[in-house]
Amino acid sequence: MNKDMKILVVDDFSTMRRIIKNLLRDLGFSNTDEADDGNTALPMLQTGKYDFLVTDWNMPGMTGIELLQHVRADESLKTLPVLMVTAEAKRDQIVAAAQAGVNGYVVKPFTAAVLKEKIEKIFERIDS
Amino acid sequence: MTEVKQMSDSSMEFEETLKAQATQLKEMLDSGNMSGALSIISDLNNTRDKTLYIEVGRLTRSLHESIRNFHIDSANSPDTDLNSIEDASDRLAYVVDMTNKAANKTLDLVEATMPYASGISNEAQQLKEDWTRLQKKQMKPEEFRILTATMGTFLAKLSDDSDKVYANLSEILLTQDFQDLTGQVINRVMGLVKDVELSLVELVRMAGKVDELTGTVHQLEKQETGIEGEGPQLHAEKREDLVAGQDDVDDLLSSLGF
Repeated sequence: MNKDMKILVVDDFSTMRRIIKNLLRDLGFSNTDEADDGNTALPMLQTGKYDFLVTDWNMPGMTGIELLQHVRADESLKTLPVLMVTAEAKRDQIVAAAQAGVNGYVVKPFTAAVLKEKIEKIFERIDS
Repeated sequence: MTEVKQMSDSSMEFEETLKAQATQLKEMLDSGNMSGALSIISDLNNTRDKTLYIEVGRLTRSLHESIRNFHIDSANSPDTDLNSIEDASDRLAYVVDMTNKAANKTLDLVEATMPYASGISNEAQQLKEDWTRLQKKQMKPEEFRILTATMGTFLAKLSDDSDKVYANLSEILLTQDFQDLTGQVINRVMGLVKDVELSLVELVRMAGKVDELTGTVHQLEKQETGIEGEGPQLHAEKREDLVAGQDDVDDLLSSLGF
């Protein structure tokens, strides 16, 4: 796993973005950017600068699941690893996220250990 | 007061009038008095309309009353922070703002404190290595002099930095006072919601009565795609359609081949 990879953190709450950025930094990933919803995130992702997307689900404007669908439909982004970090806890929603092609799903409230484990698992799969 | 009492009894009165008039109507029809029968049907309509107007009027008044009381409460509030807050939506915006500020301040303080902790840890690590060499008598006199100086600087810095860490932790502690203020605001808003809910239940009950009288049947369809964001769920442990935590998510995903 490349610790210098560029990560985009998408959440409508700035405090949650800060928390995730801090946790990512503790895990050794300091190369992070932020966006407050899918509409802001998508053009950023389309620049092709990002190696990993961490997104919330429930956001005004474009939601996380819609962002995921856009990413998977975009030829240049369809293999981008996506981790969803969200309070959405319905089984149907998790199934929908899996079908939309999410690489990992973390429910809020979450711990630093869970975030670490999921990120490691995603990149273990990609690297293997 | 009598008026209010009268009005809340109005639907019961309506039923009684309805029964009485129905009996009269039957008598009229049996005796072949068509014009009398039509006049009773018209009376029935009037009675129904009047009951509805009275009930709707009463509900509107009580809704208005609970909203007005809410404003009066906020104006009389002894808490100066609450004086300027005019309605529930403003109050909730205040809660969002307060919690946002508190979370940001806490994050600022945590981010400011972390470098002290990692600095102390790094320097202590370095000193521990030197200290071990000293204990094993592997240290030259020149190195020992440097170690003594470094140790002096470290202890002074440790004392200063611990004070800063302590001060920041105290400030984080104080920053949690938002819970008290936002708690009070949320309790007030919950009071309003409860009042409005009571009035709405009454309105729904009345609407049900209207449907019953007019024989209307509604087709209520709940649309759920499973794709809408809903935010945090309550009572997850009691619900089958929700996951109770990360372990459940992991189990569900692994059952899908993740």
